Amino acid sequence: MEPYTGEYEVLTMSELRIRGVRDLPREELFAPGHGLCAGCTAGTIIRHLLKVTGRNTVIVNATGCVEVSTTMYPYTSWRVPWIHVAFENAAAVASGVESAFKVLARKGLIDMSSDIKVVVLAGDGGTYDIGLQSLSGMLERGHKIMYVLYDNEAYMNTGIQRSGSTPLHSWTTTTPIGKVLRGKLQAKKPIADIVAAHRIPYVATANIAYPIDMDQKLAKGLTVEGPSFIHILQPCPTGWRFDPRYGIKIGKLAVETAMWINWEMVEGDFKVTTRVPRRKHVKHYLAPQGRFKGLTEEEMEEMQRYVDREVERVNRMVGEEVIGPLVD
Amino acid sequence: MSWRELPIGGMVVEPGNSIARKTGDWRVFRPVINQDVCTRCLICWMYCPDSVIKLVDTPYRTSKGRVWSFTLEIDYDNCKGCGICAEECPVDAISMVEEVK
Amino acid sequence: MEVLEGPVRQVRVVLNSNYAVAYAVRDVDVDVIAAYPITPQTGVVEKLAEMVANGELEAEMIHVESEHSALSTVIGASAAGARVFTATSSQGLEFMHEVLYIASGMRLPLVMSVAARAVSAPINIWCDYSDLMNVRDSSWITFIASTAQEVYDTVIEAYMVAEDPRILLPVIVAYDGFWMSHTYEPLHVVADRHYVRSLVPRRDRVKLDPLKPVTMGSLVGPDWYYEIKYQQVEAMREAYDIIRERDRDMGKVLGRRYEPVEAYNIDDAEIAILAYGGIYGSLLESVDRLRAEGYKVGAIRLRLWRPFPVDELYKVTRGLSTLIVVDRAISYGASIAGPVALEVIASLHRMRVDLDIVNYVAGIGGRPVTESDFKGMLELALKLGRRARELGTLYWGVRGVNYE
Repeated sequence: MEPYTGEYEVLTMSELRIRGVRDLPREELFAPGHGLCAGCTAGTIIRHLLKVTGRNTVIVNATGCVEVSTTMYPYTSWRVPWIHVAFENAAAVASGVESAFKVLARKGLIDMSSDIKVVVLAGDGGTYDIGLQSLSGMLERGHKIMYVLYDNEAYMNTGIQRSGSTPLHSWTTTTPIGKVLRGKLQAKKPIADIVAAHRIPYVATANIAYPIDMDQKLAKGLTVEGPSFIHILQPCPTGWRFDPRYGIKIGKLAVETAMWINWEMVEGDFKVTTRVPRRKHVKHYLAPQGRFKGLTEEEMEEMQRYVDREVERVNRMVGEEVIGPLVD
Repeated sequence: MSWRELPIGGMVVEPGNSIARKTGDWRVFRPVINQDVCTRCLICWMYCPDSVIKLVDTPYRTSKGRVWSFTLEIDYDNCKGCGICAEECPVDAISMVEEVK
Repeated sequence: MEVLEGPVRQVRVVLNSNYAVAYAVRDVDVDVIAAYPITPQTGVVEKLAEMVANGELEAEMIHVESEHSALSTVIGASAAGARVFTATSSQGLEFMHEVLYIASGMRLPLVMSVAARAVSAPINIWCDYSDLMNVRDSSWITFIASTAQEVYDTVIEAYMVAEDPRILLPVIVAYDGFWMSHTYEPLHVVADRHYVRSLVPRRDRVKLDPLKPVTMGSLVGPDWYYEIKYQQVEAMREAYDIIRERDRDMGKVLGRRYEPVEAYNIDDAEIAILAYGGIYGSLLESVDRLRAEGYKVGAIRLRLWRPFPVDELYKVTRGLSTLIVVDRAISYGASIAGPVALEVIASLHRMRVDLDIVNYVAGIGGRPVTESDFKGMLELALKLGRRARELGTLYWGVRGVNYE
């Protein structure tokens, strides 16, 4: 890697400049040799995140798959400053980092124009559940921090246990699909809606299978004056039980069945960014994943109804049928 | 190496030194790019989780006479053989070939 | 207004220990403060908020949503290169428990004040040292102050010690909740803040900087964890000498010299009573009265708790035949329930000093410890003789507990 020139890099990526893959910088600020599973789409998310943020960034990582796999001592895959403290406090740590840069710049103890970006990278475990308190505090205080949630829908790092993010009826080691209890009994917590309710300048959901849309949202999140939150679906071959080569295909099916909707909220204005004119039945999404194996027709219909209700709600919010009817 | 020589607090001061880990030995299948068929769409590069697909400014002339100004190469030292690149390539230019020792 | 002229010009003020903390934090030019209110620490944060709001202190005050976040936030700020401060008590200290170890493990020079308060359950907001005692293994250098003056002086010294490149361990300055946190005392503060800043110069250290990217907080396996923790052992060991040096330096500058262990009327004493925190004042009065009654008694004060001052303790106890240690916390189920007593016994055992050590636990949950209590403890210890040692810990003043 070339040594940094000695001047803080000014962020040049804006969402207007990301139209296609060729607009992404070549430089890899995420080194190979990390211990993420083969086919882990979190690796792809991180590569994109760092291409959008550039070098002038501090990553605050919560405990989880990414933290553990990318910093197995004495190796690190990070070519930007990176800090991990604990599981539930990434948002609090980032609040401290952001405030420190602000006041040190004011006091002239660091370069006044350094404008270092502070980005939290946390999984669903460290955000939905144990991390919700510190996240809410960070949002309420209005720090200029971008919170990137990579959502693989369970506590994957500790061996696939359920989290508040696990979808209804999904198998996990703590919610097996058994004779009496059928997978996770609760629906997925709507974390992005909870964050949006804090009235922050920018909230978005994204999906690694739609990387340009995701990159534009990351770029936008970096420029708002205040907190931003990007919730990214991260298909996990190990936890969701599918062959590692299908990570992107599964991500696309999530959107095509409306199990996942790509939207953004800019100062409270809601917009769906990936329209789905003709929607597939959820069974197309559930079938290729081992974590949904053994579900009955009724259970899949129950999940379909959840999706239908959510689609109806979203279409009403937008005032237009951006997610179309079920076809097949 | 004694406790005195380590940076304090478990800090790692060499950015990106994981490249030395050679996770390529995880592989059962290796991706092979057919440079003739490859349209340089960069989709494989876009999706690789391991930063092992590199854009190299080496020009390539296909068998049909088309000249590309750059090429995509795989760093086999660290490629885990996940197969995402092969799965997503729109022109089937990448095949997963079994590693045979 | 009384002004002390000397190496440094000082101004006499009247403050409670909470405000004394705030004045010291202001004087060292802290950058980031993150704290959550809990009785009896609230005065610290309120005074600091006032100072920031009035422009007296240029700092970012982050009103975090919990103590766990308070410590996490100052860790982030310190890792980014800022000088930081937080404060808490009791339940707050318990809530940030896991992060205490992380702060020291990451070798960050944080400073925290603890207004010692009893720990739930039952919930009790008054003073004892159970909150402080149970974080003794967290690798934080710990001072226990006995006067508001000492609180002010020690918070400044805390930054000098924490930020020393040979140490880089976080520091706690503890004092009695309510008895000291809310009691006004006269003290001297440095008149010129810039002078205090020169005592605590800004130093370069490894931090989060895009120009020199580092990874902080990696996963470390059995192959390297032990060496990294051993570095902390050595830092604590070095800290002992450095603290004594800093005590001397502060003495020259402020005209007030502290020691890790202090003694009063000890030279010809046969018995001594060791105490820590705010009750020391009462102990001094008690010793004067007991001397007048003919007892050859002295007082000892523990000021430095971690690293434990083995050498200083040895020096002041050598000539004694009996040492009474008055603890204000209980380590349930321990062979000696008073945490400081246990440490004193282990320490003197190492130095091959054999004297009768009698451990009292008193002042639990905010119950006052007065001069007559000290006299009673001494007389009971003398009456019990060897039995006192066999009994282990004596619980002073519990309704229904009688040792005679």
